[in-house]
Amino acid sequence: MEKFTVHNGLVAPLDRANVDTDQIIPKQFLKSIKRTGFGPNLFDAWRYMDIGEPGMDNAKRPLKPDFVLNQPRYRGATILLARENFGCGSSREHAPWSLMDYGFRAVLAPSYGDIFFNNSFKNGFLPIRLAPSEVDRLFHDVAAFPGFRLVIDLAAQTVAYPDGTRAFRFEIDPFSKHCLLNGLDEIGLSLRHAEKIRAFEERRKAAHPWLFS
Amino acid sequence: MGPQTLYDKLWASHVVHAEDDGTTLIYIDRHLVHEVTSPQAYEGLKLAGRKVWRPGSVVATADHNTPTRNWDQGIADPTSRLQVDELDRNMKEYGAKAYFPFRDRNQGIVHVIGPELGVTLPGMTLVCGDSHTSTHGAFACLAQGIGTSEVEHVLATQCLVTKKSRNMLVLVEGQLGRGVTAKDLALAIIGRIGTAGGTGYAIEYAGAAVRALSMEGRMTLCNMSIEAGARCGMVAVDDTTINYLKGRRFAPKGDEWERATAVWRTLVSDDNAKFDRVLTIDAREVSPQVTWGTSPEMVLPVDARVPDPDKERDATKRDGIERALQYMALEPNMPLTAIKLDKVFIGSCTNSRIEDLRAAAGVVRGRRVASNVRLAMVVPGSGPVKEQAEREGLDRIFKDAGFEWREPGCSMCLGMNDDKLSPGERCASTSNRNFEGRQGPGGRTHLVSPEMAAAAAISGHFVDVRNWS
Repeated sequence: MEKFTVHNGLVAPLDRANVDTDQIIPKQFLKSIKRTGFGPNLFDAWRYMDIGEPGMDNAKRPLKPDFVLNQPRYRGATILLARENFGCGSSREHAPWSLMDYGFRAVLAPSYGDIFFNNSFKNGFLPIRLAPSEVDRLFHDVAAFPGFRLVIDLAAQTVAYPDGTRAFRFEIDPFSKHCLLNGLDEIGLSLRHAEKIRAFEERRKAAHPWLFS
Repeated sequence: MGPQTLYDKLWASHVVHAEDDGTTLIYIDRHLVHEVTSPQAYEGLKLAGRKVWRPGSVVATADHNTPTRNWDQGIADPTSRLQVDELDRNMKEYGAKAYFPFRDRNQGIVHVIGPELGVTLPGMTLVCGDSHTSTHGAFACLAQGIGTSEVEHVLATQCLVTKKSRNMLVLVEGQLGRGVTAKDLALAIIGRIGTAGGTGYAIEYAGAAVRALSMEGRMTLCNMSIEAGARCGMVAVDDTTINYLKGRRFAPKGDEWERATAVWRTLVSDDNAKFDRVLTIDAREVSPQVTWGTSPEMVLPVDARVPDPDKERDATKRDGIERALQYMALEPNMPLTAIKLDKVFIGSCTNSRIEDLRAAAGVVRGRRVASNVRLAMVVPGSGPVKEQAEREGLDRIFKDAGFEWREPGCSMCLGMNDDKLSPGERCASTSNRNFEGRQGPGGRTHLVSPEMAAAAAISGHFVDVRNWS
């Protein structure tokens, strides 16, 4: 997994609540058996005028000029600013894969769909919960100041304005933080407990044999 | 130890290892696998040179990509076929307790076949790379949807890294009225608490109305927990649970059945168990529900009118309503019963079980699909559901009325196969998500119960099924 330590990036605002994973990456692109290549179809239905299908040359498709990621000032954005319940809906990990593949490294929102939130950490993509008032402030400032950037410092658990005028602290559970900072393979970590897992399994099998038949 | 909730019990009995910050390794008893969210997980195992910890915990089927007609012709779409073939390969290489491939007579939606084959049993932890895994909580399981990295993790370690959720009790008092179903109850709950209302909670559904539900109804209710934001929903064990499981193919038999049921009987919340949040619903006040927008929380009783954004004071919510009405091509204040349909879909892991089909057939019997409805289709949840329905003659009732009777699968719930809405088409659907484009790019989805979908197909527009004669 890619490490996440400090990230300084351009911010793009997606000002709507309940952005579901069907919008982040529509179902027709879930047929891939790979983890990469989803970026060109991120927010496909909002981003392009036509209906996207796998195998199209996305560079030739007509863009919806009003969609935020199509606006020149947000080209190269790596931090997404969003509203409540971002990533609700299906469990498809293709959602964080497509955000990462597009170039995003983090999303800032007041709340998240639970499965999306979990999936993100497994991929070096950082979903940050901020207070609604902080998110409001960021939506204001990103609109007011072209080229608006933020600096995310995971070790310090802060989202800061590069000029140091403002900083927001965020919470993250220590285990996820440790894995992200070091780019750790969670399966490897869990397998350190292989003996405990085996012992648990034996006890469970003895008590509830019907679960193992 | 003080009194425990059902969720507390399920959690405590599966903890393998806990870190100081609450990060916990819980043991997984059952792992359901389908073709869309598993290929990258098996690939990950292969790249790391890891093996599957306990293949006997895995039960797999192909459901999302499979066509619902012309099975003899195979899968036409090469990308869909690739995923299904990849599952075939992975099952051959890594093994499973049972695999029901495309065209097997037990193939079907993973959340339908698990319970009907008895591979879902009370007291289990059960995961699947699919958010509607919450369905299995109807059997007092700790059942939750996971992402592909977690699928790989469970395959490799038989454990999930997670943290304990908070407890929420949804207490449904009284009894649902005639024509009001578990689907309406689920939608009414989501309408009340919102699509994020259950985030961070494990929901237990209880009360007289829940006790009165069949297992099919309980599955519908638990299925929709994720639409309320909760990863898992559950119902305590009672006679209904045990009677449903008796004799199922993979359920325990003989002495083991006796031992198992004795354990299962303990899978209830203790008296005075503490819940972090309690929501009380009066079942008698629940009406048939219809969603009008692009999120399951955008739902109202069938006799209501489409909301007026001008009456909403919160700016983000007002924007959301305006955007939804524009996408759905609806006018503020129009009656929901004035909404005309182009298509009707009866199916999905929410509402494709035998009881759902019986209920819909009861409404349809002896009538014809309205002329403005271009396609009305019934997609049974599994091979056995289809066979049972055909034994009961339900297929004839649907076909005589002008419905198409299809092969089992996820179908137009998400349109990964050929079954989808065209841009602008409007559908009454018994599925679980009315997100933009969910049933096909530009398609417009209204979520309803099977009875409401059936009545809408016959009438050509929504009607209050309580008045159906």
